[in-house]
Amino acid sequence: MTERQGPDASETVVTPGGTRIVRSEEFIQLLTPEGERVEAEGFTYDHDDATIAANLRHMVLGRRFDTEATALQRKGQLGLWPPALGQEAAQVGSGAAVADLDMIFPSYREHSVALMRGIDPLDMLKTFRGTAMVDWDSVAHRFHLYSFVIGTQALHATGYAMGMQRDGVVGNPDPADNGAVLVYFGDGATSQGDVSEALVFAASYDAPVVFFVQNNQWAISEPIERQSRIPLYRRATGFGIPSVRVDGNDVLAVQAVTEWAMDRARRGEGPTFIEAFTYRMGAHTTSDDPTKYRERAEEEEWRGKDPIARVRSYLLARGAIDQAWLDALEAESEELGVRVREGCLELPEPVLEDYWELAYATLPPGLAEQRDAYLAYEAGFEGEDAR
Amino acid sequence: MSETMTMAKALNAGLRRALEADPKVVLAGEDIGQLGGVFRITEHLQRDFGPERVIDSPLAESGIVGTALGMALRGYRPVVEIQFDGFVYPAFDQIVSQVSRMRFRSMGRLGVPMVVRIPYGGAIGAIEHHSESPEAYFAHTPGLVVATPSTPLDAYWMIQQAVASDDPVVFLEPKRRYHEKGEVDLTEPPLAFDAARVVLEGTDATLISYGPMVKTCVEAALAASTEGRSLEVIDLRSVSPLDDATIRASVEKTGRAIVVHEAIRSGGIGGEIAARLQEWCFYSLEAPVLRVTGYDLPYPPSRVEKNYLPDLDRILDAVDRSMAD
Ligand SMILES: Cc1ncc(C[n+]2csc(CCOP(=O)(O)OP(=O)(O)O)c2C)c(N)n1
Repeated sequence: MTERQGPDASETVVTPGGTRIVRSEEFIQLLTPEGERVEAEGFTYDHDDATIAANLRHMVLGRRFDTEATALQRKGQLGLWPPALGQEAAQVGSGAAVADLDMIFPSYREHSVALMRGIDPLDMLKTFRGTAMVDWDSVAHRFHLYSFVIGTQALHATGYAMGMQRDGVVGNPDPADNGAVLVYFGDGATSQGDVSEALVFAASYDAPVVFFVQNNQWAISEPIERQSRIPLYRRATGFGIPSVRVDGNDVLAVQAVTEWAMDRARRGEGPTFIEAFTYRMGAHTTSDDPTKYRERAEEEEWRGKDPIARVRSYLLARGAIDQAWLDALEAESEELGVRVREGCLELPEPVLEDYWELAYATLPPGLAEQRDAYLAYEAGFEGEDAR
Repeated sequence: MSETMTMAKALNAGLRRALEADPKVVLAGEDIGQLGGVFRITEHLQRDFGPERVIDSPLAESGIVGTALGMALRGYRPVVEIQFDGFVYPAFDQIVSQVSRMRFRSMGRLGVPMVVRIPYGGAIGAIEHHSESPEAYFAHTPGLVVATPSTPLDAYWMIQQAVASDDPVVFLEPKRRYHEKGEVDLTEPPLAFDAARVVLEGTDATLISYGPMVKTCVEAALAASTEGRSLEVIDLRSVSPLDDATIRASVEKTGRAIVVHEAIRSGGIGGEIAARLQEWCFYSLEAPVLRVTGYDLPYPPSRVEKNYLPDLDRILDAVDRSMAD
């Protein structure tokens, strides 16, 4: 698959603002699939082993949650689930670059980032079980609602970033006073007009927003070639937005690149476009059957680039973690699994009457009448078996 | 020649025949090629007609509809698939501002004979944006034909009629009925594209519906008949334009009308039909025209959709109210 992405040419560009942009037909990588530490021009990783271990923990927990949710769907407990198997490094690496004042706009697959932001996994299941719309406090967690319309959140993120500019939380001398927006979308989404429009706005106003594309190479059945003839990160160039491609299965590189981009945004240097080159190991959603459109060999090749395995090998080889540490993590992840499995079944059943209050800030009288008629009608069934 | 098949298979067979009949017919949409669409409506069509005629589109609805318009200007007959009802809105501008009025704004010189296929409606346990009933938006737009089959037979023929139509058609496919089987006569279309069909004859009241709700109305009529009530059921088939004559004749006969649709009540098709009926047959009406519809809320979480959607009981309740007047 990598060979279809063109030759390995790289160049370093210095923007008028003085920022160095590394362009590479390949990508920025700091940790090989074998777990060897390598260097990449223009990017350093300045965190200790404890941070890397924390990332490993988030990736393992994220995968566990995802696996449990997929299993719950298979057992008929969820209507649908979009698995994120294989994308843990892209998510955790970028999620680790987010600071207190930042805001995240996800698509519908950023389960690991959501967990890092303290979202209750059971709240995330509600949407897919059909017991609620999107039921988490996006303001408190600084993690916006999942968006199911492709690409739409790129505009919302850009507008939010423009709001941050106006609120003066960009470009302050004290870095702790600054924030930025991180927005996620897929490779397919880059074809949507909304995403192009977001890039235009972000560039035009120097909005503090980082566009983070998880290029998992497939938009349901359509390969990346159906969306773009050039490496995706280069699309941003046409909008005047600096861009970089990173090995999306390398959590160190993703964190380093995203931190760089978020720092630029917080300093007031404008938007950045990051393409995290990764792979969707499983189905698009649990309704999808990838055997209809792609080769098993491709999946096998990517299994060898597993984002979790490489960090684990790296940390074990350095002696930064040991078997006891991994056992404790396994126990924690089992605990999460149990909570997700059992909690899903206990999620409260919704009632339609609760939804009448949600369509408008003030319930219009005609709608209140509809509610009363509905309640009176349902009351007529009291004592009978559920309809 | 006739065959039993699901609506999904009937649509597939109808599209196949349209592709065979006219080399200018092209299909386009997300995932419609090798995958055959997420509902498999276009299964094997790319294999058999090639990627020039069955096109996997980039993930861009405005692009899909706008480029189809361009191809139509060039003499093609594009049939595009919108993956789910809730994803037609990025293409809404193209459909309502461009596709619908090309004939009008070109002083009649240009037509864009194209079809926008949209799986629509609820009751499949889906998440947000996957259960919408957007027909009223399109019916409100002059220049568009809005049609929806309720049976495999109609699906097979109506999709071919839609492709053959010189006007742009928004073709709504009731996805909860995709997997229901019916008899399909492959030789002769049962009705003209724009004709409503009297599904069941009756004398006490008329149930007027279309798409996914027709079957539910028939079930309600059968249930009512055990209580000695005789209900007529009309399947509109074409939501816009409406077959006024058929609706009017039925309601003048029965004196009572109930419009049933899944879509939101306010501004819905039901209101339009009620208004027409009171204009035409005020003196034959024995009771106000009633509507059984979705509520004026965004489509709710799937666990409560059974309460949101009209069902047999709500239809029978409306019949009771109509007959009580
Ligand atoms: C506007 C719109 N069109 C179509 C869909 C249906 N759909 C859901 S996900 C998807 C593929 C998205 O691919 P990509 O952007 O690459 O993201 P990924 O799912 O691979 O993370 C499609 C076509 C949608 N949700 N929204």
